[in-house]
Amino acid sequence: MVSSASKPSPATAAHVGGAAIEIHGLSKKFGAVRAVDGVSLSVQAGEFLALLGPSGSGKTSILMSIAGFDLPDAGSISIDGVDITYMPANERNLGMVFQKYTLFPHLSVLDNVAFGLKMRGVARGERHRLAAQALATVRLESYGARMPAQLSGGQQQRVALARAIVYRPKVLLMDEPLSALDKNLREEMQLEIKRLQSQLGITVVFVTHDQGEALTMADRVAILNQGRIQQLDAPRALYEKPQTRFVAGFIGETNFVPVQVGPLRAHGALVQLPGGTGAREVRTEALVGRVAASSAAMATIRPEQITLGRCDDPSALSATVSGVIYSGSTVLCIARLADGTELRARLPDPSRVNVSSGDRVGLLWPDEALRVYGEETVQGASAP
Amino acid sequence: MTAATASASVPARRLTAAPSAFRRLWLGTRQLSAAASAALLAPFFALLLVVFLYPLLSLLSTSFLEPHPGLGNYSRVFDNPVYLRVMLRTGWISLLTTVLALVLGFPIAYMMTKVKGATAALLTACVLLPLWSSVLVRTAAWIVLLRREGIVNNALQWLGLAGRPLALLYTEGAVVLAMAHVLLPFLILPIYSALKNIPDDYMRAAAMLGANRRRAFFEVLLPLSRAGVWSGCLMVFLSALGFFVTPALIGSPQELMIATLVSQQVREMLDWPFAAALIGVLMAVVAALTMVFNKAVSFNRLIGGGA
Repeated sequence: MVSSASKPSPATAAHVGGAAIEIHGLSKKFGAVRAVDGVSLSVQAGEFLALLGPSGSGKTSILMSIAGFDLPDAGSISIDGVDITYMPANERNLGMVFQKYTLFPHLSVLDNVAFGLKMRGVARGERHRLAAQALATVRLESYGARMPAQLSGGQQQRVALARAIVYRPKVLLMDEPLSALDKNLREEMQLEIKRLQSQLGITVVFVTHDQGEALTMADRVAILNQGRIQQLDAPRALYEKPQTRFVAGFIGETNFVPVQVGPLRAHGALVQLPGGTGAREVRTEALVGRVAASSAAMATIRPEQITLGRCDDPSALSATVSGVIYSGSTVLCIARLADGTELRARLPDPSRVNVSSGDRVGLLWPDEALRVYGEETVQGASAP
Repeated sequence: MTAATASASVPARRLTAAPSAFRRLWLGTRQLSAAASAALLAPFFALLLVVFLYPLLSLLSTSFLEPHPGLGNYSRVFDNPVYLRVMLRTGWISLLTTVLALVLGFPIAYMMTKVKGATAALLTACVLLPLWSSVLVRTAAWIVLLRREGIVNNALQWLGLAGRPLALLYTEGAVVLAMAHVLLPFLILPIYSALKNIPDDYMRAAAMLGANRRRAFFEVLLPLSRAGVWSGCLMVFLSALGFFVTPALIGSPQELMIATLVSQQVREMLDWPFAAALIGVLMAVVAALTMVFNKAVSFNRLIGGGA
């Protein structure tokens, strides 16, 4: 039975808001594999949270636990303070959009959208009125009478979206909803979903393996690897201040450079780059994990932070250009250090790049662009 | 027409299902060129022509030509209330058989899509094994069960549910029960194949939208398996219409079905033209039902119900 608490209040204004989600110590094993390994996270009411990670990272398992399709082995999930960990899926009153559109093929578009209202006992006339309204919010008002098979993929996914929000759930779950669409349509749908989310104030948990999608759409992104949260942060912090090697390598392009840590100083550490000139001072805020004196560590520099200078510049790292690749708005320059380490520099304004393979150059970057990762504090993280 | 073209432009959804040997046997999906198909089918159709179609047509022609040219044999079928009653009874018993087979068969077909491994193999074997034994044997088994000193009567008396042996055999009920049993696989297999093709995500979507198991079943699973249910029912109903062995062995001699009547006309009355007219009527009914069903199913395909 659908509980009375899940009855919609169709008369309420469009802005119904979202619910807060608390996940505590969630674990789920499939055989010997720990799909989710002690994950705790809070999603604020009205927040757009993306779960991002490679396949098998546990992001879908977390979503399925919230949805009620995979019951966790340990841990709890509550929505607005109500424990729903073991509540049947049909009583949770959540909205969900699946990867494949999953519109019921035997029902018209309008009846698909009205399905959730029908399950909640809303009378036929009223549910058709509300379904037509929901179709209008995804700009498909004239498609109600069609069958799902007569719509394009993008249209079907918009109908699925309308179907998931028509009964005003406070939480919308999305399981890679755009992965079946082509690129242009995907970008259009990203904006559509964002617009709808801010209009409804609904809490969204969005699973994706596409980092561009996660960074553009989400307020915060949880990066998952091997069933654990690597970092949960705003997109900008993830990109500029990754907290683990995995995140540094997973988000955007990164150069990994093995370095030798020298003596520690009051506000940082001296770091020796391979084939480099003198040791450089790296400030404490750019030292991640446990960086010990006189140990080996891994440094990262984003390719777009590197600029080319003269090879005899004493502050530059001298290198030999081993490849220049034109890619439209930028040029990728691959430079080899004396010890063979390769660094990639992404240079803007291709018309002004005048280096070619074999040239000696000096690599320059702002001091804060270099981050040094010591021993990992997050278990399960590994350098790519 | 717009509907048809629009649905044609949508790429055919590839429905993946466990590729068990049983499914491949049942559905066979390879595409062949027209010439290759014709070459492969030719021997079968040649045989069909010689041993089935030719005798059938010559038999039917006697119904129009003997003893006098015209529709005399057919008017006898419809004028005599005895024969009309036999035909109505045949339809009624076939309908009951279909309903009973559906009630028994749908849950089994549904179970077959849910279980895995050894249970699935056992269940499939239970459905298919009867197909490989003769109808005669299966009908004889019902005689053993239902006769006066049979297992069922003994059990009923032992339980105190019946004071004396009941007349179970040679009744309409016995015929319906035995025919439903014999024809059950023909109902289970199409329903199983329809259910197997419904992706799990539809049921998940229904649950997410607030449907409990019962409503998800009636609102989503059942409508999506409709094509399979109809084709299974049609198969059982049409087979039941012309069934001979089971009604002849365990039906009441006072309550003839049409196949038994035909046999009587041929073997006892030696009235071939009249028997041919009865067969003609039966064939017309079967053909009409098949055509109506084809219309219904192609409509179903259009709306994607077959997917």
